[in-house]
Amino acid sequence: MVIGPPGPPGTACAGPFSGNTVPAAHRRYHRGVSETISPVDSAIHARGLTKRFGAFTAVDGVDFDVAPGEAFGFLGPNGAGKTSTMRMIGTVSPVTAGTLTVFGLDPAHNGPRIRSRVGVVPQADTLDNELSVLENLLIYGRYFGLSWAESRRRAVELLDFVQLTERSGDQVEPLSGGMKRRLVIARALINDPEMLLLDEPTTGLDPQARHLLWDRLYRLKQRGVTLCLTTHYMDEAEQLCDRLVVMDKAKIVAEGSPRQLIEQYVTREVLELRFNRDEGDDGAADDTSQLDGQLDGLAERFEQLPDRLLVYTADGDATAAAAFERGLRPASVLVRRSTLEDVFLRLTGRSLIE
Amino acid sequence: MAAGRAPVVARRGPGGMMSSPSLRQFEHDMLVFRRRWHSYLLSGISQPVLYLLSMGIGLGFYVNKNGGLPGGVPYLEYVAPALLVTQAMMAAAFESAWPIMGKIVWDKTYQAALNTPIGATNLLVGDLMWIAFRAVLLSVLFFAVIVAFGAVSSPLALLAIPVAVITAMSFAAPIVAFTATQKSDQPFNMLFRFGITPLFLFSGTFFPIENLPLFIQPLAWVTPLYHGVALARSLSLGRIDPLVDLIHVAVLAGFVIVGIVAARITFRRRLEV
Repeated sequence: MVIGPPGPPGTACAGPFSGNTVPAAHRRYHRGVSETISPVDSAIHARGLTKRFGAFTAVDGVDFDVAPGEAFGFLGPNGAGKTSTMRMIGTVSPVTAGTLTVFGLDPAHNGPRIRSRVGVVPQADTLDNELSVLENLLIYGRYFGLSWAESRRRAVELLDFVQLTERSGDQVEPLSGGMKRRLVIARALINDPEMLLLDEPTTGLDPQARHLLWDRLYRLKQRGVTLCLTTHYMDEAEQLCDRLVVMDKAKIVAEGSPRQLIEQYVTREVLELRFNRDEGDDGAADDTSQLDGQLDGLAERFEQLPDRLLVYTADGDATAAAAFERGLRPASVLVRRSTLEDVFLRLTGRSLIE
Repeated sequence: MAAGRAPVVARRGPGGMMSSPSLRQFEHDMLVFRRRWHSYLLSGISQPVLYLLSMGIGLGFYVNKNGGLPGGVPYLEYVAPALLVTQAMMAAAFESAWPIMGKIVWDKTYQAALNTPIGATNLLVGDLMWIAFRAVLLSVLFFAVIVAFGAVSSPLALLAIPVAVITAMSFAAPIVAFTATQKSDQPFNMLFRFGITPLFLFSGTFFPIENLPLFIQPLAWVTPLYHGVALARSLSLGRIDPLVDLIHVAVLAGFVIVGIVAARITFRRRLEV
């Protein structure tokens, strides 16, 4: 779907609305070797990026690069420093220390220029309840310096893109959470941005609304829009991100594609065992230390969670059978693929959502 | 996107305070106004009618009967320009408190706007323009009602409108600066109960401040409302004292300027962190 004006003749680049061609500059970039692209070529370039609020360090010297056209994620629990990082990239929060360039520009001196090329989906909807759905988009276009006519043209197209055309005259307040999020995404697209910054885009949404949103983001990515998002949902990171960094306590603790991270830090499969705590039949204990003895050598790594035991293994079924042979009688057994949640658990010893 | 595509926003420097980005925020406020202009219009007319009926005519009847004011000024003509100024001031004070708090804390629409090329100072200036616009609207309506009551004796009375607007802004700018430092709207109740309402009553609106105890009078001199009321009244009654009136203007302008400078600082501290 082409919902914007085609680029001027001879422009090599595609914005989100100019079709599906991947610009040459994007193809040149070889994924995963972020160190080799220069700050000028990268959409975002950060070295030693730091944000402090008084004595509190929210972001502690992080390094990363985001290539044009890439979908890049910050995965981490609340308070890891994701939002502060995003706000610095969006040039609404000054950098305390380190280097940051966005489109090769310094946020300290080119804030308005950078912001005119970026779309932001903040964590809170920040929609204007005093205005209608359409007016929310109209005035946002005006903020970007669009004429009223152009702003209206784009607003109408974007409402179609996010399936809100029928609500265009309505007030914002009665919209569902998913609709509001879609409206915020439409708003973030009014300036035809080269990059979208999404701070926990689907937090609090039901599964159906999340999938609709992911679909729209995927389409934008296909049109060449750089996506940079934070999330504490592993499935979201796996769905949307080409590459991600795991953040914890203001630092980046790992970087790679979802696949790479899983391969590097955890096994292919996870065996989840639940034990009935009080009626320990057949010697199955509720106590980790007792279990440990019986599990020795069964798998390379274990994680004891409050309600279950995670066994990291290449072959979950075989390990489950071996556990039964040793006389373990768990109340329930589940074999599943490893996820980024397991990566996070491995890296930090904690769950993502506590 | 690679270099070569025309940027969406052609020209956008940092811009001065009155640059076009500030006008965008004013447009935003006008969009909101467009949705409820009728209620603004209704209260803009009914308020002066009620005040002039009760104070000007009702209370004025007794004032005039008991010897009246020095120089034989009818009480209605005495109180009307003062009410015009105080109404504009009250509306501006309100607009500078809760609605601005909403944009910062509750709806966070400032946060959304700041993700565009707009800056915190643009938001401040645009919203001050809206507050001034509302003061103009209220004052014009109020003046029309005064004329309808036949309480105008000098063409200079028309100047009460700009005086009311400056007075409104001499409150709006410092209050907006204060609002940007607050986390909740709790302090506003105190501000109105112990600040705005007493000023409304004791700044020479209904009676000369000379009637106040001597030790309180200097308090009135340092509040902008006293100067706004005195200036509007002197113009309205055609009793101009150039030096004194100039002092009134200077005090009002001082509050506006200091307020804007302070608000510029508190806005940036609050919004650009």
